[in-house]
Amino acid sequence: MDTWLGLAVGALYACGIYLLMRRSLVKLVVGLALLGHAANLLIFAVGRLTPGVPPIVAPGATALIEPVADPVPQALVLTAIVIGFGVQAFALVLLRRTWTRLATEDLDGLQSTDRLDEGHP
Amino acid sequence: MSPDLLVVAPFVVPLGAAVLALGTSRSVAAQRAVSLAGTAVTLVCAGLLLAEVSYRGVIATSIGGWPAPFGIAFVADLLAAIMAVLGAIVGLAIAVYSPASVGHQQERFGYHPLLLVLVAGVEGAFLTGDLFNLYVCFEILLMASFVLLALGGQRAQLEGSIKYVTLNLLSSILFLTGTGLLYGLTGSLNMADLAVRVAALDARGPVTAVAVIFAVAFGIKAGAFPLFFWLPASYHTPPPAVAALFAGLLTKVGVYALLRVFTLIFVGDPGFTHGLILWAAVLTMISGVLGAAAQHDVRRILSFHIVSQIGYMLMGLGLFTRLALAGTVFYLVHHIVVKTNLFLVAGIMRRLRGTEELADLGGLYRERPWLAIGFLVPALSLAGIPPLSGFWAKLLLVKAGLDSREYVVVAAALAVGLLTLFSMTKIWAEAFWKAPPDPPAASDGRGEATGLDSNLAPAFATVAGLALVTVWIGLGAGPILELCSRAATQLVDPSVYITAVLGGH
Repeated sequence: MDTWLGLAVGALYACGIYLLMRRSLVKLVVGLALLGHAANLLIFAVGRLTPGVPPIVAPGATALIEPVADPVPQALVLTAIVIGFGVQAFALVLLRRTWTRLATEDLDGLQSTDRLDEGHP
Repeated sequence: MSPDLLVVAPFVVPLGAAVLALGTSRSVAAQRAVSLAGTAVTLVCAGLLLAEVSYRGVIATSIGGWPAPFGIAFVADLLAAIMAVLGAIVGLAIAVYSPASVGHQQERFGYHPLLLVLVAGVEGAFLTGDLFNLYVCFEILLMASFVLLALGGQRAQLEGSIKYVTLNLLSSILFLTGTGLLYGLTGSLNMADLAVRVAALDARGPVTAVAVIFAVAFGIKAGAFPLFFWLPASYHTPPPAVAALFAGLLTKVGVYALLRVFTLIFVGDPGFTHGLILWAAVLTMISGVLGAAAQHDVRRILSFHIVSQIGYMLMGLGLFTRLALAGTVFYLVHHIVVKTNLFLVAGIMRRLRGTEELADLGGLYRERPWLAIGFLVPALSLAGIPPLSGFWAKLLLVKAGLDSREYVVVAAALAVGLLTLFSMTKIWAEAFWKAPPDPPAASDGRGEATGLDSNLAPAFATVAGLALVTVWIGLGAGPILELCSRAATQLVDPSVYITAVLGGH
């Protein structure tokens, strides 16, 4: 299970970075989303993949009996998902505004802020 | 105020003010008042915090009273407190300056709440003692900065935003990845606890790998070589007040985060990690200053100079001696004030002449001699002319470099200082000295949002105030130097920080 999840995380990172390299703005946003999911899954895997062992102290015991699933990474992932959701929503709105205003979704059409000769005939 | 409250106050006050500003969204005047009051109170709280930390040593508190490694810690050591004060100074300066630079339209669309949220995020990043909380604070300030950058929807703003958003999100994801891996290695997120646990780990390889992930993530945010391209592509596009806020604070949050993790957590293999940072610093300095030499737009020149100045700050971290770290802290103090001020002067130029192209500017010295002096003070300070603040900062770093026998690095630092002077004289000669071009450019901005305050007095007052701070840092360098070297002592020997957070063990 760990191996498969590890491979899935790696594949998500690879796909995300590949999409970031493309010229299309839509692919850029999808790539960012995939990278976010990759990081979330990674943190989730860090919390140990052990089904059926919630981190509850047994009656009579004073400490957790190993192995248990670590709840902290799950809390982190929850926070990261919420933040990622907000950020991706913003990225989509920005994409739409760019499309309506500049009528292009090709990153090569967005070079005016990098050029030296802007405003210089 | 109790010390516990004082540590969180610079974070909570602007956040509360942001809520208040949202509540008064009908009236621009009320929002401006809330912005001013919020940032001013933040400055007072940060000043009190600095006094308290300077007097009593590191202060730590834990939210909800949970004991140290479990609760979310807020920690103020001298570095954090100094940065909190600087952040509040910039926030206040921008709040005073904004009416002359941001249109009524944008102000109605939530400019002031966003400004306050950004200040809150920056202060939170400085004062938090928890790695994941640092991530959250980064996201708070990033989200605010995304909207501030795009607010107005000009073509250039949208283009700049896309580059800025993409690279900063990539950096956040790398930061999150590093945090996850570090938690997997150690089982902790509290920075002081991490310092103890990482030092006790046997596996050096994975720790160094995670350290490099953090270096890349924060390097993007700081604008270090070779990851700085988003910065000069976006910083000249928003209204000048917003650009000045970004220029003063955002990259410096990245530098602060690098300073924090590479003096506290990743100190096991300084030969590799800090050596990497040192060479990145040299290349950052050189590529920034060469980029600036090719530009003809005031704010673009200044943007590239941010990059080159970041190199100096990283140089101190890369050398990793007490004197070098003191130099970095002094450089942060000097640079935040100076850079904000230069961007604000560029904003006034834009108001007066409607352009920032050097070819279309000119004659400003004859027309506004005081503005010329307001430019000259931070510009000469940036280049490191004595007795202004930049001279002392560079002197410390060069001295530290010579002590560590890094002669190539020192030579690069001195050469870059000379080229900085060249860029500044270029702006001076073109914008202030030469005769205005014929016919003079229109005094209205290029399609800029209307509804700007016609009263420029607060803008001039802000520039004058920050210039005075620069002169004061330069002339009164002794006490500030002493404060910075005490901050560096705490960075070199993190045991004070760790004891303050974790208690006696």
